[in-house]
Amino acid sequence: MTITEKPQQQYKVIGTRPIRHDGLEKVTGRAVYGADVKFPGLLWGAVLRSPHAHARIKKLDVSKAAKMPGVFAVMTGADLVDLESKLVDMGEEIDNLAYTTKKLMADDKVVYKGHPVAAVAAVDLNTAQEALKLIAVAYEPLPVVLTVEEAMAPGAPLVLDDLVGEHLTGEARNTNIAKHTRYEFGDTAKGFARAAVTVERTFKLTMVHQGYIEPQNATAQWNQDGKLTVWTSTQGAFNVRDAVASILKMPESNIRVIPLEIGGGFGGKIPIYLEPVAAVLARKAGRPVKLVMDRKSVFEATGPTPGGTIRVKVGADSAGNITAAEADLRYEAGAYPGSPVGAGAQCIFAPYRLPNSRIDAYDVVVNKPKTAAYRAPGATQAAFAMESVVDEVAERLGIDPLEFRLRNASREGDRRADGPIFPRIGNVQVLQAAKRSAQWNAPLGAPSAPHKKRGRGVANGFWFNGGMKSSCNLAVNKDGTVAMVEGSVDIGGTRASIAMQAAEVLGIPAEDVHPTVGDTDTVGQTDVTGGSRTTFATGYAAYLAATNVVKQMMGRAAKLWEIDESGIEFKDGTFFSKSDPELRLTFKQVAEKLDETGGPLSATGTVNMRGAGGAFSTQIADVEVDTETGKVDVLRWTVVQDVGKAIHPAYVEGQMQGGAAQGIGWALNEEYFWDDKGNMHNSSFLDYRMPTALDLPKIETVLVEVPNPNHPYGVRGVGEAPIVAPVAAIANALRDALGTRFTETPMKPSRVLAAIKGGTLDGAATAASSNGASRRGRR
Amino acid sequence: MTTQPKKARVSTTVNGQPVDVLVAPYQSLLEMLREVLGLTGTKEGCNDGNCGACTVSLDGRIVDSCLVLGAEADGKRVDTIEGMARPEGLHPLQQAFLEEAALQCGICTPGFLVAARALLEREPHPSEERIRLWLAGNLCRCTGYDKIVGAVRKAAALDGAGNGRAAG
Amino acid sequence: MHPFQYLAPTTVKEVVSTLSRYGDRARCLAGGTDVLVQLRGGRFEIDALVDVKGVPELMELRLGADGLHLGAAVPCYRVYESPRVAKAYPGIVDSASIIGGIQIQSRASIGGNLCNASPSADSICSLIVHDAVARIAGPRGNREVEVAGFCVGPGKNVLRKGEFLVSIFVPKPAARFGAAYKRFIPRNEMDIAVAGAGASVTLNAKGKIVAARIALAAVGPTPIVASRAAASLLDREPTPEAFARAGDIAALETHPIDDMRGTADYRVELSRVLTRRTLAVAAERAKGAK
Repeated sequence: MTITEKPQQQYKVIGTRPIRHDGLEKVTGRAVYGADVKFPGLLWGAVLRSPHAHARIKKLDVSKAAKMPGVFAVMTGADLVDLESKLVDMGEEIDNLAYTTKKLMADDKVVYKGHPVAAVAAVDLNTAQEALKLIAVAYEPLPVVLTVEEAMAPGAPLVLDDLVGEHLTGEARNTNIAKHTRYEFGDTAKGFARAAVTVERTFKLTMVHQGYIEPQNATAQWNQDGKLTVWTSTQGAFNVRDAVASILKMPESNIRVIPLEIGGGFGGKIPIYLEPVAAVLARKAGRPVKLVMDRKSVFEATGPTPGGTIRVKVGADSAGNITAAEADLRYEAGAYPGSPVGAGAQCIFAPYRLPNSRIDAYDVVVNKPKTAAYRAPGATQAAFAMESVVDEVAERLGIDPLEFRLRNASREGDRRADGPIFPRIGNVQVLQAAKRSAQWNAPLGAPSAPHKKRGRGVANGFWFNGGMKSSCNLAVNKDGTVAMVEGSVDIGGTRASIAMQAAEVLGIPAEDVHPTVGDTDTVGQTDVTGGSRTTFATGYAAYLAATNVVKQMMGRAAKLWEIDESGIEFKDGTFFSKSDPELRLTFKQVAEKLDETGGPLSATGTVNMRGAGGAFSTQIADVEVDTETGKVDVLRWTVVQDVGKAIHPAYVEGQMQGGAAQGIGWALNEEYFWDDKGNMHNSSFLDYRMPTALDLPKIETVLVEVPNPNHPYGVRGVGEAPIVAPVAAIANALRDALGTRFTETPMKPSRVLAAIKGGTLDGAATAASSNGASRRGRR
Repeated sequence: MTTQPKKARVSTTVNGQPVDVLVAPYQSLLEMLREVLGLTGTKEGCNDGNCGACTVSLDGRIVDSCLVLGAEADGKRVDTIEGMARPEGLHPLQQAFLEEAALQCGICTPGFLVAARALLEREPHPSEERIRLWLAGNLCRCTGYDKIVGAVRKAAALDGAGNGRAAG
Repeated sequence: MHPFQYLAPTTVKEVVSTLSRYGDRARCLAGGTDVLVQLRGGRFEIDALVDVKGVPELMELRLGADGLHLGAAVPCYRVYESPRVAKAYPGIVDSASIIGGIQIQSRASIGGNLCNASPSADSICSLIVHDAVARIAGPRGNREVEVAGFCVGPGKNVLRKGEFLVSIFVPKPAARFGAAYKRFIPRNEMDIAVAGAGASVTLNAKGKIVAARIALAAVGPTPIVASRAAASLLDREPTPEAFARAGDIAALETHPIDDMRGTADYRVELSRVLTRRTLAVAAERAKGAK
């Protein structure tokens, strides 16, 4: 269902559902993904990884491996130059190159299990893997720190000896706290003093993974002139190019990064892992080298999203107005600084207008893999805490949870707790649409068996969405079609959503724009496909390029008609003279005359966008709990979201459904299962339990179109917001079903059953409401 | 390192074409298809039978090709995504996947299509529950499965789909 | 992965001689859904993988007057797609239908599941409550071992050097016999049992329980025969109370561990619930069985 805020301009292409341009290749198996490239003489690489989460490397001897028949090159951390500390913007995250180099391959110390220690290139994969067995490494294990509590404790072992923390008091050494940020507004003490109800709880989360189906991969080849080509599955070819250039200390222009089709990313394919390794091996071997991660390494050594601890305190007066809110977020950065705790802090209170607020955010290093972006990075964890507490406040005040959220909803002009003033947003419209949704108004229904209980929960979520740099080239073909080259890797249908925006401008069918994703030598700088920015920013670049095409085409028509350009108008794909109704030519007719009017016609659109419209996604969960096993089944689900304008509604729905599905997995079963040595025990798709088709219901969508004034078609990002609310929505549904408030993820069957059996809160995260909130169920 | 064992000669039929190949005895059918025959439409997601991205049909039954040795395909019929479309057009499932936007990144799509085809060949009009059960061996991380299930239902509803197509 | 040979003998005798020749440097390949994963994971190293699917006895699925002859390499789908087997051996069909997804069921065999000897195996408990017997061939001839005694530890079984599992024999059930298997997994498919329970009951003409078997998965180093729980049912009516009591007793017969799939306490609790639920289904089936 789509709810449009007010009748908009009538569009011919936008809002329709054409078949995506790259669909045919993808349903026939012809689309070329990163692991599919093959060249004559191609070698396979393999990476030796640390079995310890924290250890000093006392000895590293690769000589036997180097001598093994079939082996062409071996590398270690010594082959990568130590870089000065330098922050590089990877799109949705900032990386410090000094640490990126160490992450790619350890120097004298490994800081997480799976940390690369050496790599081999050989004639085939099995030979490369066998050669790894011949590498001798002597480790001296060091004490590990695995949680934010351990890492922040006085005297904790240091994950990074050279870390300089940015604390409120200034630079700090001998610390695992990489950064402490605080946002304060008003006076929370006064605010809480006015509250009739105050709820404070502490929540615990465990690391989860994006779970893209395609493992990371990279293939590198050098030319005799010192130029390097890299084929890879990445969310951002230009970011890879720039990072590889810095790490290999070579000019960016000597590197061409060709992004191949990408099998999922969700933020996890923004960082680099293999590209420089493949490049070094290829240089040493004098042959192209391909590296493909195995699934275990994907789990253990790429970037999951952090676990951590979040404390939230919310007070409200008896009329149901929030008087103050406080949050303390402590996220595991992994072994190097850079968790998304900043984004979590900025999002945590975003759905609410708050007179008084304080937020503390800690980025904490631990002996786990360096975290990476994962769909609205940092926001899901924050929403789990905030939306649970808000639900409890509403419950204790006896106010309907949606009504309470509406009463306190942030609106245009409100100040977000971390400072920015909200531009036009759809928060209220989304909450109202949720209230009117079919699911919210349907009875929950009787449980399917006497030992089962049902519950309904709701939660809201916010994500900023991004802008950044994008480029798009258009060239008009003489048959009236248009060739498009754009810089955004297509991870979920963006060729279509970008091409459709150009087609709308040009007045031609979506199918007549032929989009290609360019590489770093064929199109202008384009930032990552991430931050829900692609349809917004690259779409805008396409809009600008198309507008330029129209202008040039107008000039061509003017030439044909021998009239002045100013006398021509363009509407619905037709150029016509303002004065002479006889003079009409379609876009295609003008294109056919290109040779006669001056030859080829092309245009470029480039943007460095700001003003992405934030998005709110409210979700409703109906669950049924087997009270004898603790198993939770999701019966029904609705995602209500402010999408700005849905360019291709089917793919917008798909983003909303996919985000919800990942959130449901996060809520119920997904987790990094650690032992006390920092070993992940469930590094396979068998035991890292992502939802199957049988674990999810039909996911209903309500698209609320509140246009973003900063985009010609009103586009807001849609990809990330839908993962924010689900964990909290399920927690709230479980509270409704069982009368128990869950404060720890995942809400897996054993944890749910323990709560049912114990009748108490679960696990360590038992901080009760500061003023003795009732734990009685609603029934 | 011990000496490499002799390669095995495999005579098989892939997408209707007889082929003779040499594979290392420890190579999987997935590796044989991708690395030896260049049929890269079959994808690797986990290499341990838990994602279904490498689903192919072996003598008419769907299998995870990562858990079959190439040598085992000797004398058998292998059907992959590359053989699903006919010269005259796409298989109804492929068409339905396109029309219903049942793919986002597309990496799991070949596995889903090969698995769904096997279902419709056996059961032309499966229930939604049955579709979800049959496809539970195929992981998709992008779509939440909603549109995939919808596409299979749509293809099943098309006249003659599933039971009318040549077996693959 | 250490490179290995692929061998495909066609007779029981050839398999025995091959296995004897390679000793612990060879393994049998049936469906491959466990052994290939274990080889890639480096759990063990071999020089030869012996594909036994070319041996006719291992691919035989025959319902004789005496019972079911199930070749050790017969894939799961052949078991559950056979209407006659489904009717007479419902517990085994319960298991065959939940091992992995459809792709896995095209390959994985009950025999392989048994030889793999995982405590969480979904088929072993069913075989036990159906009183199945493992038929083994080896250098010193053939022998039979009750499935209940086949597993001796996690991943360990009674097979000696050169021996391999040829088939499983499941005797024809008595009149008014019913069996079932249920497991608990956090997802709805594609998971390893956190706990599982197989149960069978035989009723007399008056509807009283005259025989019962209960076996529990993933709550000990091997599948556990819960004989005290089963004994508690004898001469009783198949009532919810009787099954609940059996569940309580079964829970006491477990000795599970904590691991990533569940805590010991949780597994004990699941055993109680699953035993009760499985008994109820088995009894319903017994009432319907001629």
